Amino acid sequence: MKQTRLLMGMPVTVEVVDPWATEKTLESVYDYLGYVDRKFSTYKPESEISQINRDELPLAEASDDMKAILTLAEQTRQETDGYFEIVHNGKCDPSGIVKGWAIQNAAERLRQAGFANYYVDAGGDIQVSGRNAQGEAWRVGIRHPFRPDQIVKVLSLQDCGIATSGTYVRGQHIYDPKNPDRPITDIVSLTVIGPNVYEADRFATPAFAMGAAGIQFIEELEGLEGYMIDRNGRATFTSGFERYVLHA
Amino acid sequence: MSGRSAYQDSGFVRSIKKFLLSAFVVFTFVAYWLHERQAKPATPAAGTSLPVAGIVPTTADPASAVTPTDSPAAVDPAAGAVPTDTLPAPTATQPPAQAGLYKNGTYSGPEVNAYYGLVQVQVVIQDGKIANVAFLDYPHDRRTSQYINSQAMPWLTQEAIQAQSANVDIISGATLTSEAFIQSMQAALQSARN
Repeated sequence: MKQTRLLMGMPVTVEVVDPWATEKTLESVYDYLGYVDRKFSTYKPESEISQINRDELPLAEASDDMKAILTLAEQTRQETDGYFEIVHNGKCDPSGIVKGWAIQNAAERLRQAGFANYYVDAGGDIQVSGRNAQGEAWRVGIRHPFRPDQIVKVLSLQDCGIATSGTYVRGQHIYDPKNPDRPITDIVSLTVIGPNVYEADRFATPAFAMGAAGIQFIEELEGLEGYMIDRNGRATFTSGFERYVLHA
Repeated sequence: MSGRSAYQDSGFVRSIKKFLLSAFVVFTFVAYWLHERQAKPATPAAGTSLPVAGIVPTTADPASAVTPTDSPAAVDPAAGAVPTDTLPAPTATQPPAQAGLYKNGTYSGPEVNAYYGLVQVQVVIQDGKIANVAFLDYPHDRRTSQYINSQAMPWLTQEAIQAQSANVDIISGATLTSEAFIQSMQAALQSARN
C-alpha cells in the first residue's frame, strides 16, 4: 500500500508493506500530517504559529505541541552553537524542526498500530522501518545535486532516518544565521543519517549552514553519519557512513 | 674510615653526575626548541598544493583557481584554513595600491606565522583583479605541522561523486517547500486578473 499526496507544500509518500495495511492506514498518516501543517504553517493565517506571530496568542496559552516544538527548537539552537535558528526578521518559523518531528511522529503512529515495514517520505526527508516489498532493507538513493533525475549513492537502510539539506532545488534556501548575507555556495548538499528522521533533520539544516565545517560537526555527533557534496562535485563523508552504502 | 670516605666521594660524584645529566637534558630541550623555532621549511616551489586542511583544493587545480574578484577576502575558498592575516599585505617594494584598485603584477606577502608554521602567499593581479594566489611557503616539514594537517579532518574521507541511475525505493534530496512558490504564483495570477 503506497500513496503520494501534496502536503505541506511538498510531495509526501507513505508506503506500508505489511499486508494488512488499508487505505485507512495511510489516511491516518495524512490526517496527522495535515493537523501538523494546519498548526505550524506560517503560510496559513489561521494557524497557531501565525496567531503567535501576530501576538494574538500568548505563548503561555499555546498548545502542548507548540510548546514542545519551541522547546525542541531552543534545545537544537543550543546544541548547534546558534546555527539552528527559528526566528527570522522577528517572526518565528519553526518549520526547520517541525518537518522531521512530524515525519517521526507519523511513522511512530504506524509502529504503534502494529506495522513494522514502512516508510514516510516528506520531501526527501525519510523515516524507514523494517524491509521493503522484496524483504530487503530499504534502498535509499541520495539525489545527484546537479542532475536531479540521477543519484550518487545507494544506501541500505533499516529502522533509521535520513534527511538532506541543500541549495540545489530552488536555489538558495538555507542561510547562515550568523551571517545572513553570506551565501552558502561551497556546499551544495548535506545528507545526514540518524537513529530517526527527527535527529537527522534537525542537524542537517544547521550543519549545512556551517559550510564545509558542517561534516566535521556531524562526525562529532554520536549516532549521526553524513555525506556532503561541494560545488565541484566532491563528496566528503563521515567515518561510519560507508556501512550504509550498498555496493552494486 | 676509608669506607666512609669512599661513600662520601661516591655521593659527591653522584651529585655531580646528576647535575650534569640534568643540565644536559635541559640544554637538549632548549637546543631542540631553538632548532624547531628557527628551522625553515625547505623552499617549496610556487603554486604547490596546500594540504592545510585536507579538504582544501590545490591552487594549481583550475576548477578551484581563484576567480577574479575585487575583494581579497573572497580568496577564502582557496585559502582554506589559512588565517586571513596571511593574505599579502602590500610590501614596501611594491607600488602602493590606489584606493579600491589593484595594480597589475605579482605580489609576494611576508612570511607570517600561522601558529602551526610559516605561510607566505603570492598574488597575481591582472586587469586590477586577483587572478591567482600561490603559496610560496606553508607548514609541511615539521612534525607538529604535519600532525595538525592530518588532524584537521581525522576521520573524514573524500571521493568524487558518480552519477548513477540504480533502482531505489526512495530518494533523499533537498526540497524546498513549494508553498511560497504557490502562494506567490497565486498572488501573481490574482493581480493578472482584471
